[in-house]
Amino acid sequence: MSQADRTQTELLAAHASAPGSGSRERSPAMYRISHLDALEAESVFVMREVAAEFERPVLLFSGGKDSIVMLRLAEKAFHPGRIPFPVMHVDTGHNFPEVMEYRDRRVAELGVQLVVASVPDALERGLVREPADGTRNRIQTPVLLDAVEKYRFDALFGGARRDEEKARAKERVFSFRDEFGQWDPRNQRPELWSLYNSKISPGESIRVFPLSNWTELDVWHYIARERIDLPSIYFAHDREVVDRGGMLFGVNEYIRPRAGETVTKRRVRYRTVGDASLTAAVPSEADTVEKVIDEVASTRITERGATRGDDKVSEAAMEDRKREGYF
Amino acid sequence: MGLSQIKPDESAAPTLTSPPARMTVSPVDKVDMLRFATAGSVDDGKSTLIGRLLYDTKSLFTDQLEAVEAVSAARGDEYTNLALLTDGLRAEREQGITIDVAYRYFATPRRKFIIGDTPGHIQYTRNMVTGASTADLAIILVDARKGLVEQSRRHAFLCSLLRVPHLVLCVNKMDLVDYSQEVFDSIADEFASFAAKLDAPDLTAIPISALNGDNIVSRSENMPWYEGPSLLHHLEHVHIASDRNLVDVRFPVQYVIRPQSSAVLDYRGYAGQVSSGVLKPGDEVLVLPSGLTTRIAGIDTADGPVEEAFPPMSVTVRLEDEIDIARGDLICRPHNAPAVAQDIEAMVCWMDESAPLAVGGKYAIKHTTRSVRGIVKALNYRLDINTLHRDESASSLGLNEIGRIRLRTTQPLLVDEYRRNRTTGGFIIIDEVTNRTVGAGMIVSAS
Repeated sequence: MSQADRTQTELLAAHASAPGSGSRERSPAMYRISHLDALEAESVFVMREVAAEFERPVLLFSGGKDSIVMLRLAEKAFHPGRIPFPVMHVDTGHNFPEVMEYRDRRVAELGVQLVVASVPDALERGLVREPADGTRNRIQTPVLLDAVEKYRFDALFGGARRDEEKARAKERVFSFRDEFGQWDPRNQRPELWSLYNSKISPGESIRVFPLSNWTELDVWHYIARERIDLPSIYFAHDREVVDRGGMLFGVNEYIRPRAGETVTKRRVRYRTVGDASLTAAVPSEADTVEKVIDEVASTRITERGATRGDDKVSEAAMEDRKREGYF
Repeated sequence: MGLSQIKPDESAAPTLTSPPARMTVSPVDKVDMLRFATAGSVDDGKSTLIGRLLYDTKSLFTDQLEAVEAVSAARGDEYTNLALLTDGLRAEREQGITIDVAYRYFATPRRKFIIGDTPGHIQYTRNMVTGASTADLAIILVDARKGLVEQSRRHAFLCSLLRVPHLVLCVNKMDLVDYSQEVFDSIADEFASFAAKLDAPDLTAIPISALNGDNIVSRSENMPWYEGPSLLHHLEHVHIASDRNLVDVRFPVQYVIRPQSSAVLDYRGYAGQVSSGVLKPGDEVLVLPSGLTTRIAGIDTADGPVEEAFPPMSVTVRLEDEIDIARGDLICRPHNAPAVAQDIEAMVCWMDESAPLAVGGKYAIKHTTRSVRGIVKALNYRLDINTLHRDESASSLGLNEIGRIRLRTTQPLLVDEYRRNRTTGGFIIIDEVTNRTVGAGMIVSAS
């Protein structure tokens, strides 16, 4: 036992025998906390900090597992009260039906307000134009920023994690955005201890990432521990797919086989859930949370690398989109 | 950034493009978490060391490695340049520099690790202080051929200033000094005597070669004279449970939960994260700054009530008496309370390039969950962090400079010495015009 350890134990023993305290002597090692408990405590702290310091926070909900975990953490942070901010879905119009069904059910269960920032509406209003390739990832950003302005949201919770992508490895938990919603990686506020700077001027906002320190595996372990229900597409199922450069795209309303492509039925699951015209499935037999954990633990490709057409454009694809105000 | 390389063919590991299956972390509730900061310049092999830890714990993914290999090949690097794994931003790659603290993650069956990787050169102090503020442990890297340099002392000083509980001196590039025990001992001794002056807590020195993997995961056969643990073994086993302060009860109230619903009509709970100490239902508590006392009626979480709350748990405390309590108040014990103070002496690290800290300057201060305004009444001295010389004639602190100030706040803060409590002893300074975080403070004393 080290010197520090002994001192601590003695002090604890003294504390335990103090008036008003009925417990027996305990050593510091007995007050242990697992990494999932520590991550949860940190995320809950961040969410309460935002609820206390901002006037109009909102939680960005995509229906993906990270935003589902974030919503669960919000539920826990304010228990037994309700979540004190609305949930916003930036709807590209390219959705997985399972995800939409999940969203509506969960929002009803929690009694939170749902705000939908709709890309199809924005197309109709002329705010954005449909890109030639038919994908809507990039035009989500103006739609998001438009909704932020309309509802005057000043803090936006996002489910991004630092382990996802290397531009994100340098993102703050409280990430400052100027009045154009832009991120300037060279001009980030230093972030010390758990003292988050929430000061902004009108029109500016903060993106808040409560899952910054979680990894993909942590998220799955937490889903298992909390028995969190997920949209069924996260688990292995049979689906008709086309193979594009090694990525398996499910054939749906938005993804049609091109000339020369063959449609095959494969056992797959989705590792991330984004725009249904851009998100690929991975071959998988994992039909339970436990099997998914085993699969994630042994996989050799990052989730974005395996499933996102949008990150493959250039080496700095994510960085560029983030600068413009992407999630 | 200079080349930080790793040889592609390792006898201990297969080729870089096909890492073995990653380790499964289980059983999951036995895993705890360690945050560490890495300090050292590029030339000391810091990126190589981090790349090595990630690689040897199977935490790198094929597509990440392939991307780095492709860029390395395009640039004509002789070996895969693992520095590219951490240089995330385009500006960094273009200019060959690291701008900011990057966070990296890996896990073994025992622990999850969060690395705060701080660049060694420009703005080193600001970034190092940021990375060290949350670290349980810091790794200071030195090149065995060069021994301790000015920067090594600076890093050790900053770790002690931020009270990082555990220091690890990694003497790297041992392969380039023929794995000489004499070289290692002399560097380790010199560092130990310097660290003693700094009141550095737990210190461990390990001779390594990040490039070859000596003493990283397992003990190296090249250095039979070294009897200590490998770096990874040390990281997995270093005892951090006692680093928490479990004695002084400090619970800053973060948010008041008052559901306006018929199901829980009279519920009133004080939500927050336990900074230190152990709280239990029935405990007599003192609420500051009001000075009123009551007892803890219950401690709630979304998973049900708990019998004890200790750091770093986030909980909701209910009290027996109805007392007016708001965010920024603090719950402690009647005979063990922090100072209620408006005059504060603190060490400050200045982090803003646009304007220096000046005597008479007014700033916003955030301390625990309390936000106040403050005025800098005096700059006692500026510290030269290389020589530890105190310049008492200094009248301002520029970017990356450290000094001791006296601060007067508009409202009282509920403070402890930083060396006793990193949460109730630390604060940030915010510019009221630009809203930027411009300084970090560590409280020395208060009245």
